[in-house]
Amino acid sequence: MNQLADTFRDRSAFAPSGPYRLLPARFSRLDDRRYVITNDVGEYVVLERPALQALLRHELQPGTPLYADLKSRHFLFDGESRVALDLLALKYRSRADRIADFTALHMFVVTLRCDHTCSYCQVSRQMEEKSRFDMSQAHADRAVEFVFRSPSPAIKIEFQGGEPLLNFDLIRHVVLRAESLNREHGRDLVFVIASNLTRLNDEILDFCKGHRIYFSTSLDGPADLHDERRALPRGSSYRAAVDGIQRIREALGPDAVAALMTTSPGSLPRVREIVDEYVKQGFHSIFLRSLSPYGFAVRTSLVRRYDVDDWVKFYVEGLRHIIDLNLSGYPMREEFAAILLQKMFAPVGNGYVDLQSPAGLGIAGIIYNYDGAIYASDEGRMLAEMGDHTFRLGHLDEDSFEEVMTSDTLVDLLKDSMLEGLPMCSDCAFMPYCGSDPVFHKATQGDVIGHKAFSSFCKKQMAVLRHLIALMEDDASARRVLQSWI
Amino acid sequence: MLIKLHGRSLRALSPERSPEPFLGRVCTNPALPAAARSREILLVEGPCELPGGFRAYLTRSETGVARQPNVFFIGAEFPFLGDGDIIRIHPERSGLTVLYRRSSAFNSMLVTERCDNYCVMCSQPPKERDDGWLVDELFEIIPMMSPETPEIGITGGEPGLLGSRLVDLVDRFRRFLPRTALHILSNGRAFADEKFALALAKVGHPDLMLGIPLYGDLPEVHDFVVQARGAFDQTIRGILNLKRHRVRVELRFVVQRDTVERLPAFARFVARNLLFVDHVALMGLELMGFARSNLDAIWIDPLDYQRELAEAVEILDRARMHVSIYNHQLCVLDPVLHRFARASISDWKNLYLEECARCEARARCGGFFASSVVRRSRGIAPFAIAEQSGPMVAQRED
Ligand code: SF4
Ligand code: SF4
Repeated sequence: MNQLADTFRDRSAFAPSGPYRLLPARFSRLDDRRYVITNDVGEYVVLERPALQALLRHELQPGTPLYADLKSRHFLFDGESRVALDLLALKYRSRADRIADFTALHMFVVTLRCDHTCSYCQVSRQMEEKSRFDMSQAHADRAVEFVFRSPSPAIKIEFQGGEPLLNFDLIRHVVLRAESLNREHGRDLVFVIASNLTRLNDEILDFCKGHRIYFSTSLDGPADLHDERRALPRGSSYRAAVDGIQRIREALGPDAVAALMTTSPGSLPRVREIVDEYVKQGFHSIFLRSLSPYGFAVRTSLVRRYDVDDWVKFYVEGLRHIIDLNLSGYPMREEFAAILLQKMFAPVGNGYVDLQSPAGLGIAGIIYNYDGAIYASDEGRMLAEMGDHTFRLGHLDEDSFEEVMTSDTLVDLLKDSMLEGLPMCSDCAFMPYCGSDPVFHKATQGDVIGHKAFSSFCKKQMAVLRHLIALMEDDASARRVLQSWI
Repeated sequence: MLIKLHGRSLRALSPERSPEPFLGRVCTNPALPAAARSREILLVEGPCELPGGFRAYLTRSETGVARQPNVFFIGAEFPFLGDGDIIRIHPERSGLTVLYRRSSAFNSMLVTERCDNYCVMCSQPPKERDDGWLVDELFEIIPMMSPETPEIGITGGEPGLLGSRLVDLVDRFRRFLPRTALHILSNGRAFADEKFALALAKVGHPDLMLGIPLYGDLPEVHDFVVQARGAFDQTIRGILNLKRHRVRVELRFVVQRDTVERLPAFARFVARNLLFVDHVALMGLELMGFARSNLDAIWIDPLDYQRELAEAVEILDRARMHVSIYNHQLCVLDPVLHRFARASISDWKNLYLEECARCEARARCGGFFASSVVRRSRGIAPFAIAEQSGPMVAQRED
């Protein structure tokens, strides 16, 4: 019954003939039962050990759903069909494409002065009054020229400090200068001010209204947690932040301000409260970050006071809480997961500076220090403040953009940060979703590549990725939420 | 509305007639200046004096022997015929074929019946014979079409088999009808030759789209459906070549029993590998041609694949692709899919059933292909027109 007419051949006539061949892939353990196998372009399949063995021994049976999925996702090819190779090449290129459009993020340290005295501060604060810690207008102008030398069609200029609002005149100058140059360049140009908002005033907000300026501020959690480590000699840093957030929203719109949290040992048992604080402040996004080992944090050895396992527990609990918020009707995104999911499921590359291969150093983001020195990343600048100049690319007075971008320093760093060729990473199934963090490894292991078996960065990456993949596989309601973040 | 585009009941009223078939454009203005008459066919209602100089004459009322050559009586047939329509008259066979209707939003032109695929559900089975006259004829009538024509479809057979003639054809459309969208239905295989894709792109047609069927994420599925080994590879390469040269491409997936199982996998494959295509159409079967002879082997009630269809649409939509559902009656679609459904069936092929008359959704529903009467879904049931005031929510009558 149900036969095609005689002039047609049935399915078996089109079944692939002969044995299959494997395409490049890497596999790692997911849990005690399962493995995850990924290809170079970030597609993955989860399979049990016997199935993995059968695949690798060329014993997998055609016609089974697993075989079809592996073939569809370009883990194997068979018969006469070779189009998988064309498609893989194209996907590889789409993912890597963005490298040609280098340096979207340009950070200006407009001053090193700050009115806070935070114990873990990532920049070394300087006394508020000393204007020798401000960036000069000449350096700022030169840096703006650098900005438009980058081919990137989208440009973000981020003002940092210290507390950048302490030198608002220079911010205003840079914004106007960049906009006037952009009339000729036509880039998608936005500005971000990374500020603690204590110095926010109407004059500043009025200026921001006429320009594409966004704010990014710190919010570590409830008031006591936030103020515990953000010491403001007069007043509460928490109050300044939440009041500032409201003022910005009213003046510039609900999306004009984002908040970033920093995890400290005191945060670890309180992730739900932290997330709830973000909800209370009306945010629909939070980035659960680990504590960085730079600046004061290393000196005060905070970073060693908690283990990466504790952070992972913190993260998993926070993520669960966020997913539950979504399921009960409050849309909220966890940004770290969103970045990783995008790397897993979107065919185009993701621009997140800290998870790139080659690393984002110089080519995803570059930073111009208050004194005119140029660094490959914000963290690289902090390392320099501690006496390690590995990531210093040059100086605005001495070097041209071309000299900086083609310097041996930068090119060698980039060469050493391609995961595809790094020990352990090159065999790791999570490689397509991961990135290099040379500054972290230099700071913690004294070497930009680092030994991944002892790297808490690697440990964190693996733990979070395993957790996300398991959620995608095993938890249908969580999957729907996670998919909505891509 | 169901429209008949071909008939064989012309009655010649004049002794003098052209021996060969000829083309002409319908005109209802007997006062058209004589110099403009040579390609026009005058259509008149009542008996009247027929002015000379027209290519031919159609009359709806019976008159005696006509003085002008090529006068034909058509009675009440082709009631829709009007100014600007293009027809072919075959005096020997008493035939009249409507090739182009000026008032139609979409005119479809058959350019060849040859094809290198042999799809199990082909609604227009290929014929292997020299039919170059079809495209010759199209060349001839393009200048007669209205420049206001919104959209022309080119179908086969496989238009790609025309080679450089196809490129010339597109160029002719560009020159004569620059404001008319052109949609070519092709299996894409010929464009695996990058030079051909480039030649088409170089025409620079301002509004060209190629509709290319792809029936799965795996060669064994697609090749079986189109009954040609290697077709999957060629079609994919064709799509890549066309997109490489910036020709717009629409993928067309026909849901039937052999393709439905991997429909979600197909969507995932497209979102991952072919994200740059301009549109994805997920289509129901048109029960004509081979689809009818293979009906039992390929039919699946749309009611039985709503889960797969919804999953596929969700994947494509989430990837921010343009996705549409064609040839599906609203009452068989999962409500979440209604916003993707397009009433696509061409006006001369679709009809509605008795139950549709009391259906609230009729205006938005594509209805049925005339051919669909052979088999219809168990799910056909009108949406009740909401009686009481309050939210206007359509509900199914059970
Ligand atoms: S850092 Fe660790 S998780 Fe990342 S690619 Fe290398 S080995 Fe894998
Ligand atoms: S009853 Fe008829 S008009 Fe209504 S949705 Fe079904 S097919 Fe369409």
